[in-house]
Amino acid sequence: MSTTISGLLQPAFATGEFITQVFLVSAALFMLLALAMFYRAVKGPTTQDRVLAVNVLGTNTVVVLALLGAGLGEPSLLDIALVYALLNFLMAVAISKFTVERGGVL
Amino acid sequence: MIETVRTVAIVGFILVGLFFTLVSAAGVIRLPDVYSRAHTASQADTLGAGFALAGVALALGFTTTSFKTVLLLFFIFITNPTAAHAIARAADEEGIKPWTTDDDRTDADLYEEAMADE
Repeated sequence: MSTTISGLLQPAFATGEFITQVFLVSAALFMLLALAMFYRAVKGPTTQDRVLAVNVLGTNTVVVLALLGAGLGEPSLLDIALVYALLNFLMAVAISKFTVERGGVL
Repeated sequence: MIETVRTVAIVGFILVGLFFTLVSAAGVIRLPDVYSRAHTASQADTLGAGFALAGVALALGFTTTSFKTVLLLFFIFITNPTAAHAIARAADEEGIKPWTTDDDRTDADLYEEAMADE
């Protein structure tokens, strides 16, 4: 049992070292899949395609943040992930609204 | 024994999550129009993120952090399809025609159409 603040999560882990490696490696793989979304975000062709690509990228970022929070033993990253998920949803809905009735609400 | 089962379950959840996210990434890059891409983004990606977050929640055990992860999971399950629906609906309002099997428009043609509308 670890008594340091950063090690608070350590006792809850299944088998320490191995599962930490699994989290970090899978976070890297999720990051690669998120980066692949940049292809669609840059290429388009329509505005909605780009918004959709950034939305998927944001969802993957939330997962990466959660995996890193578990892998590095930093619970604060989960809070960041929650805020990021909220902002991601708000971004998608706001831009969809903006492209349909430009000059209306937004 | 129970720890081994839990480790296997965590790794399994994360692998399934990675698989579904890979499917969604391939779909968003390869599918022909914005509606089919919205479809893969709302379903495969939500399931992938859900499985990965379930793995994280399982690893953290009964803690406040784990509760936050489950909250995040439910939030993503509700908001991700809603966002994809909003985007698809915005595309329809903009007058983008859905791609059909006898349609031979390429990405370049769709780009031309999108540019001509603006």
